[in-house]
Amino acid sequence: MSLLSVEALSVRYAGLAAVEELSFTIDSGESVGLVGESGSGKTQTAMATLGLLPANAMTTGSIRLHGTELLGASEAALNALRARKMAIVFQDPMQALNPYVCIGAQIRRVLEEHKLASGARAREHVIAMLERVGLPDAERQYRAYPHQLSGGMRQRAMIASALIAEPELLIADEPTTALDVTVQAQILELLAEIRQDTALLLITHDLGIVAGRCERTLVIEAGRLVEQGSTREVFARPRHDYTATLLAAAPRLDSATVPVANPGDAILQIDAASVSYIERGRGTLRAVRNVDLSVRAGETVAVVGESGSGKSSLARAALGLVPMQAGRTVFCGTGLPSRVEDRSQDTRKGLQLVFQDPVGSLNPQMRVAAIVSEPLLVHEPRATAAERHERAAAILERTGLSAAFLDRYPHELSGGQAQRVAIARALILRPKVLVCDEAVAALDGTVRAQILALLREVQQESGLAIIFISHDLAVVRSVSHRVLVMYMGALVELGDNEAVFASAQHPYTRALLEAVPVPDPEHAGGKASLSGEIPSALNPPSGCAFHPRCAYAKETCKVEAPQARTVNGTTVACHFAGEI
Amino acid sequence: MTVARSIWRRMRDSRAVMLSGGMLVGLVVVAVVGPLVSPHDYLQTNFDELLRPPTTSGARLFGTDDLGRDLFVRSMLGVQVTILVAIVASVVSLVIGVAYGAVAGFVGGRVDAVMMRFVDTLYALPFIFFVILLMVAFERNFLLIFVAIGAVNWLDMARIVRGQTLSLREREFVQAARLNGVSSMRIIIRHIAPNLIGVVIVYVTLTIPQAILVESFLSFLGLGIQEPQTSLGALVDAGVNQMEGASWMLLIPATLLAVILLCFNFLGDAMRDVFDARGGK
Repeated sequence: MSLLSVEALSVRYAGLAAVEELSFTIDSGESVGLVGESGSGKTQTAMATLGLLPANAMTTGSIRLHGTELLGASEAALNALRARKMAIVFQDPMQALNPYVCIGAQIRRVLEEHKLASGARAREHVIAMLERVGLPDAERQYRAYPHQLSGGMRQRAMIASALIAEPELLIADEPTTALDVTVQAQILELLAEIRQDTALLLITHDLGIVAGRCERTLVIEAGRLVEQGSTREVFARPRHDYTATLLAAAPRLDSATVPVANPGDAILQIDAASVSYIERGRGTLRAVRNVDLSVRAGETVAVVGESGSGKSSLARAALGLVPMQAGRTVFCGTGLPSRVEDRSQDTRKGLQLVFQDPVGSLNPQMRVAAIVSEPLLVHEPRATAAERHERAAAILERTGLSAAFLDRYPHELSGGQAQRVAIARALILRPKVLVCDEAVAALDGTVRAQILALLREVQQESGLAIIFISHDLAVVRSVSHRVLVMYMGALVELGDNEAVFASAQHPYTRALLEAVPVPDPEHAGGKASLSGEIPSALNPPSGCAFHPRCAYAKETCKVEAPQARTVNGTTVACHFAGEI
Repeated sequence: MTVARSIWRRMRDSRAVMLSGGMLVGLVVVAVVGPLVSPHDYLQTNFDELLRPPTTSGARLFGTDDLGRDLFVRSMLGVQVTILVAIVASVVSLVIGVAYGAVAGFVGGRVDAVMMRFVDTLYALPFIFFVILLMVAFERNFLLIFVAIGAVNWLDMARIVRGQTLSLREREFVQAARLNGVSSMRIIIRHIAPNLIGVVIVYVTLTIPQAILVESFLSFLGLGIQEPQTSLGALVDAGVNQMEGASWMLLIPATLLAVILLCFNFLGDAMRDVFDARGGK
């Protein structure tokens, strides 16, 4: 008999179906991936299993754990099963852990609640568990509060809490989505290692994660199961169109790059930029340290790094949104004032930005027509209202939205539509440089592919130069011509796309590349070759900022910061570039 | 469709706005027209008709008070004064508070620090002391009550608006506008102000009952509305003294006060939804 069997599960909210007629089983010890885009009902399925759906959810069908019906079971019956038989790891451990209770006490509570251990024995048990999930100095971390741990460490604590009562089924709902790619690899490796004979239901939007970690894969679209089978089968021979679309949309590290159409001179050049923020009472945070970057017409330069690497600060300083402490920005041959308010209207017209959060970058009180045509009010004050409307409709059409969208408000748009509106606003003045700050990070795979295609088309038509900021190397591989890798505000490696992806010189770049999950069960990637996490930028390590995490670090690295130099065609900041 | 028309349409579609707004408008109309058509005058005392209970048939709809004055006319006068005080005080605090708070929040930095320390200083001033000072400096004046209440209420409003503006200023749509060279003035008008409306409306609905209560408190101290002029607060105060023998003297103005406060509260709640574009269909 299978461990978990879900039969014809439907979840409805006021008549709207979130999950429809979903059936699947999980055997003991099995690892199953549940893949779908946002709103497909993945999380609803997990919540229904644990009995955590809100009161207004209507459920039909059946969910059985070891033959015990879970749907409609009493709270007491469910409580007896939760943690003991089934447990969950949520996406955001900061939300899932109580901020006022120290980590150890939260985990111990699980043991005490189920009368598995108490007192000193419970404490010992928790510390042993914290050690198993890789929390260094577990005795001390036992008393730490959630905010004192880094994101990766919090997620480890969350996993410890889920596994402490040795459940037979562990549900992990997007457990690594909020984490950086190197930490994601660590957490996924930990999950695979530690679960032993616990069955795993891994819920994710990322096919790459499933490819390397799960024996079977379920694909869910709009609440319906469209495909299931062994991971190898599903990835090699998808039977359903939707699966094929998802696979096609997933960016890969081995995708070919399109060469720059007509490379011209550098349009935008950033020389020796430094950005720092003064954090009151905590010192100075040096977000960007002495970074050079240039971009030519028709070229896409990607800026890559984990969160806190300074990639956004670099771009914002170039745009004049945050002050640059040192260095300068040159646009079309002329140096620019540091503040955007001091720049000429022509310059402003030429430099545009698309943000990560598509909805947050649109004023919720304005209609799409007003949002898109606002730049015209400033730059073409003589245009009549009718002309502005026409221009807005035309540019919206170019970004793939019909004129019917002009009358909508931002909350009436999907994420992809909102991002198209934001792109339309950025393009209406025909800029020369477009900065995309994680512009596709918040979008689903298929929508992301569409937006990337749109950017590529616009670039080919108009020779737009794009600075593409991203944490996702697979996306960067498919869109960029050159790549700048940053770590703790400094340049790590800069070179042509091919060179960086085929023969990365810097150990950090290599580790990043190895950590990228690839949607291919044969070469899944997602290797955690880097331990630890990014240190605090308020107190950066001496010498080479990367040395505490670097496998090749020697004495020199602790004292002396490496100078950038050219090795095998890429610019690398490493003492031992070319030797390792 | 213009913005004003779309807001009007949403107001028309909202039952709460129509109901509470309609009741307030109706009350104001009766309060203005009533005393004009009534045969009685708010000043006229009649010692033959002291403390007459309300009758539905006769001319004394709400009865009379302890001086024999017609309570209907006096109540309606009270409604006029109370609503006027509430509206003028709120408008004063709205205009000063929003402008002050939005500028401080948007400009930020040192300007913000100086502007907000000034607000802190005014906060430290005891309110009653401030009102007495006003009364002494200028002659006792009907208008002064409005100024006094508004002058205190705008401080809260300024703080709230500043806080909201500070967070709005960092929002991405404001940054996009800055990049495009939209002027600061236009950013405040187009991007900041419309997103403040929800919060401001809620706060104004809190201010109105507060202003009404402050007015009756001042009247009680002898600093507010002076006899023979009256307000609902003053009428309630008078009614408390007679409540054992003539309960209507307390119940009628108190009920009117409660109805007005409730209407303003419901109206404010519904208006917040009307002004929020996300609530629209």
